Amino acid sequence: MALQGKRILVGKPGLDGHDVGAKIIALTLRDAGADVIYTGLRKTPDYIARVAVDEDVDAVGLSILSGSHKELVKLTREKLDEMGAGNVQIFVGGTIPRQDYNALEQQGVTAIFTSEMPLTEVVETVDKLLQ
Amino acid sequence: MSKSNDNAAPQRNQKTIADIDVPRVATEDMIDTGRLGSPGQAPYTRGIFEDGYRGRLWTFRQYSGFGTAEETNDRYRFLLDKGSTGLSVALDLPTQCGYDPDDPMSSGEVGKVGVSLSNLSEAEILFKGIDLSQISTSFTINGTAAIVYAMYVAAADNAGVPRSKLTGTIQNDILKEYVARGTWIFPVRESMRLIADTILFSNEETPRFNPISIAGAHVRDAGVDEVEELGYTLANGLAYVDELVRRGADPNAFAKRLSFFFYVHMNFFEEIAKFRAGRRLWARLLQERYGVSDPKALMFRFGVVCGGSSLTASQPYNNIARVAVENMAAVFGGAQSIFTCAYDEAFQIPTEFSAETALRTQQILAYESGIDKSVDPLGGSYYLEWLTDQMEQKAEQVILELEEYGGVEKSIEDGFLQAKVAESARLRKTKTDSGERVVVGENAFRAADDGDHDFGEVFELDSSATGKIMEKLERIRQTRDNTKVEESLSKLEKAAANPSENIMPYLVECCHSYATVGEMVNRLKNQWGEFNEPIRL
Repeated sequence: MALQGKRILVGKPGLDGHDVGAKIIALTLRDAGADVIYTGLRKTPDYIARVAVDEDVDAVGLSILSGSHKELVKLTREKLDEMGAGNVQIFVGGTIPRQDYNALEQQGVTAIFTSEMPLTEVVETVDKLLQ
Repeated sequence: MSKSNDNAAPQRNQKTIADIDVPRVATEDMIDTGRLGSPGQAPYTRGIFEDGYRGRLWTFRQYSGFGTAEETNDRYRFLLDKGSTGLSVALDLPTQCGYDPDDPMSSGEVGKVGVSLSNLSEAEILFKGIDLSQISTSFTINGTAAIVYAMYVAAADNAGVPRSKLTGTIQNDILKEYVARGTWIFPVRESMRLIADTILFSNEETPRFNPISIAGAHVRDAGVDEVEELGYTLANGLAYVDELVRRGADPNAFAKRLSFFFYVHMNFFEEIAKFRAGRRLWARLLQERYGVSDPKALMFRFGVVCGGSSLTASQPYNNIARVAVENMAAVFGGAQSIFTCAYDEAFQIPTEFSAETALRTQQILAYESGIDKSVDPLGGSYYLEWLTDQMEQKAEQVILELEEYGGVEKSIEDGFLQAKVAESARLRKTKTDSGERVVVGENAFRAADDGDHDFGEVFELDSSATGKIMEKLERIRQTRDNTKVEESLSKLEKAAANPSENIMPYLVECCHSYATVGEMVNRLKNQWGEFNEPIRL
């Protein structure tokens, strides 16, 4: 399976409570062979970074539909780097307006997953990025 | 799903979203005309009012709110000026989840998805220049519904508006929060107590106000089909009825002020059938299970939102057409109030232009189409009546299955219902990915380049909003009578600890003393704890 051996954390940072997208992604990545940890709602970037390090993941997927993606991604990247997990990639999904893509990429996000993206493409993208 | 076949005809099937096989042609023998009844007569299949929209049009109630109370007040006055007939308040996540703007949990979230309303002074700004005795206001608020309602009552008190004149709604439906929307705070039992407190207080103090809007809408938008949406909504409704009956209240009284809320997506006839089935099924359930006999108490009143996840970020102007179709379904279905999403709502807060366009859609239907002139004009259609029967049967099945599991509350505490919603959502996604569910501009008829995402004006949230909100909060903390605040909060906490007290009067007193949302919630958390989300995939 494509993602065998990969470890991925799917997290809901901040207060946004729409978790169906995150759950679908988590299930899809798991079915593709990855070990997936889903954090549940309302986690701080700090918590997410700590779990990411404890669980020794390859990537963290943040699902944010509240418009606070720039702030939350920044904080998560900072925390991960602080904890020596600079190699852990950050993916983002949710309600991400196109005009924010550049800013997120500047912050170190390696993939932005929209709800339009077919699940097969999600798996392919993650596979490529985690080679 | 390759981009090379952009004009290829999408596949078509003969099933509804809820997997019902659509008859090639519906015929008279498929229905029982005896079940139609008349509008204004229980079980109200054809409508709750004898004169339908002839008496009064549905309310044009556009969901709106962002940044500071001042900015949102401007937008409300804009919408009222353009012809909105009711207000619908969108609150930011800190307000919804019970955190003050300066709480660490609120970082980055202040004013983003709605207006920040941390204390009474903000509510007073929000309604500046708006006559609360004339305009009805709906608040999409759940975890902190009792508090925002208390704030509304306090604002009306200060404005000299008699409580008996206050109209509007608070969503106040915690059961669906646990399953699809996530702004829960307290555990299930404590939340049910709070909701019952709110409803009983409101029935006495603000009898024209709807203290609950039972909303399956959000599970639908999350991905379940319209049968599940109706089933889960009514199951939740019954859970609230049970709670109130447990408290000794009379359903012939309180059921008059229970209302409902749904999404309207693109499957036109199923949506109309859903609403007709909803009216019939709810009336039947109240009669059969609780012996409710007051005709007003049997009325299934509901508001809707047209759009949501049926809209696309690609080729956003297409959404205007979608919303118009959905708006029509809502009118044929007999909705009491309608919110039409703006075409850019899939990816931003609407601009003034897109918000106005969304409102115009309703006005065009209301004043140009004539579909409002005869009550339940599609009633008697073989297909619609057959579909209505189907929806009624299948939705009742959903309710029974949940009861077999052990009821709504148990299914939430176990994470069972959440898992079902995720599975339905996943199914919808795979159907879209495979093309079985066609979404124009998304999986069919796409542009070869990325032109699908070109659109007009970008909405920019004022970046100084958060700073202003923090400043105002600090000023309130300095200028209010902090002894009074502490007193009212202590009384609140004591009442919360006592299950035979109704905490609403204490909340209103706290609001009057300018206690903040966070302060009130923290006292309640002291007594009630927090919900422990069952995390299972």
